[in-house]
Amino acid sequence: MPKPALKLKKLDKSFADKVNRLAHTDSRMCFQCRACYNTCPFVQAMDYSPPAILRLVLLGQEKTVLNSTTIWTCVGCNTCSTICPQRVDMAAVMDALRQIALEQGVMPAQPEALIFHNAILDSIKKYGRTHKLDVMIRYKVKNLDLFSDVDVGLKMFVKRKLDMLPSRVKNLVQVRSLFPNGNGNGKSYGK
Amino acid sequence: MANKIPKRIPYFPGCSMATTAKENNQSLNAMCQSLGYKLVELKDWNCCGSSSAHSLNHDLAVDLASRNFSLVPKGKPMLVACPSCLLRLRQAHHRLCQSYDARVRYEHKWGRPFDPTLEIIHYFDLLEHVGLEKHPHLRTLNGLSFVTYYGCMLAQPPDMQHYKAHRGLMEKALIALGAEEKPWGYGARCCGTFLSVVRPEVVTPLIDEIMVDAVQSKADCIVTACSMCHLNLEMRVTSKKKIPVMHFSELLAIALGDAGKKDWFTRHLIDPIPLLRARGIL
Ligand code: SF4
Ligand code: SF4
Repeated sequence: MPKPALKLKKLDKSFADKVNRLAHTDSRMCFQCRACYNTCPFVQAMDYSPPAILRLVLLGQEKTVLNSTTIWTCVGCNTCSTICPQRVDMAAVMDALRQIALEQGVMPAQPEALIFHNAILDSIKKYGRTHKLDVMIRYKVKNLDLFSDVDVGLKMFVKRKLDMLPSRVKNLVQVRSLFPNGNGNGKSYGK
Repeated sequence: MANKIPKRIPYFPGCSMATTAKENNQSLNAMCQSLGYKLVELKDWNCCGSSSAHSLNHDLAVDLASRNFSLVPKGKPMLVACPSCLLRLRQAHHRLCQSYDARVRYEHKWGRPFDPTLEIIHYFDLLEHVGLEKHPHLRTLNGLSFVTYYGCMLAQPPDMQHYKAHRGLMEKALIALGAEEKPWGYGARCCGTFLSVVRPEVVTPLIDEIMVDAVQSKADCIVTACSMCHLNLEMRVTSKKKIPVMHFSELLAIALGDAGKKDWFTRHLIDPIPLLRARGIL
């Protein structure tokens, strides 16, 4: 007899509990109808589909889930959370999984997304607002990807879409005080 | 929602409106003025945290939103223009309503009590409130044909279903102003948001699919109410045939009074000026 992939008796339910708590939803309600699968615009770019991720969560497959590209491809558009007949908030589950991955120092399977999110947060820390040009430069430098998309950047520049001067908050001290220590002095999440 | 909307409304523009989508911001202000409302920018507002704070740190997302709530004068609503900021701010407000600890933190941090009755409204709520169809307009949109692109702004996760999704609002308003609707199938497809930067090879074909269907629908233009959608549609489209993407607020501003400032349209990556001229709107 082939070795079973999972021993159901040994399933770890604590992972699903944690995800549910962080996501304020009950992922056990999922009956795998795959409506979310059919409606997610980015499912092709994910290694596990959204309902597969949910099933893996219920089966306690923490490592697989946290190492998936899915959680870093999901943009949180809420299409899935809107269509779910069981009121499972899939987008919130994805949020929770990203946070658990960071907490546990799991290197994202798709680091570009994390680099981008960090670039946004760095910009907020610096100006209190996001400054597109600043975000793009930070993203490109960290991602060592200086030359792709030059034409798109130029088009935007010509149309004054990438402003040179950022719009900024006056009381920056106050905004910066909101960032946790780990991210208050140039350090980023997930490093 | 929004029973009483003051004539001077505290306004949260959000980062896109303040920078990349200035034309959207200016036309929104002009449009509100024509309707008899003045948008008063919240003093020293900060970024709502966008999907990034939400993705990496929930507490930070709530804190960034909280600071903005603390800037709203008591008893007044807060009008938000960007659908994505709107969702983030409403979700943070919802968390604050639910969590005692979060409210204690709020009061400690901002030195004022948290207001659970604060109304966070979108300008669609304002349009519905004034009943745009009944409002006199100066110019008609002359049969300009359109498809409406809502992107994810109609999406409602379970926690947010008590808010109204303004399905059909743009169509109703534009038809009342003399434009003509074309049916199509992509009105609620997500534009890709930040994946457009992170995985352009994933987003480009999706955007092209949207544009191709819009062209096939025989519409003159795509109309959107989100600056992010606007930017992604214009920036990522590679298909040869394409039609202009208009901010909903631009068309409203044109029809309601202000003739539409040409410098709004020169900021578009797909030039809408020939179309607007051909239709005698500009
Ligand atoms: S739509 Fe809901 S019930 Fe259906 S598979 Fe997705 S999460 Fe499960
Ligand atoms: S929220 Fe994420 S998983 Fe859900 S439809 Fe959007 S991208 Fe897909």
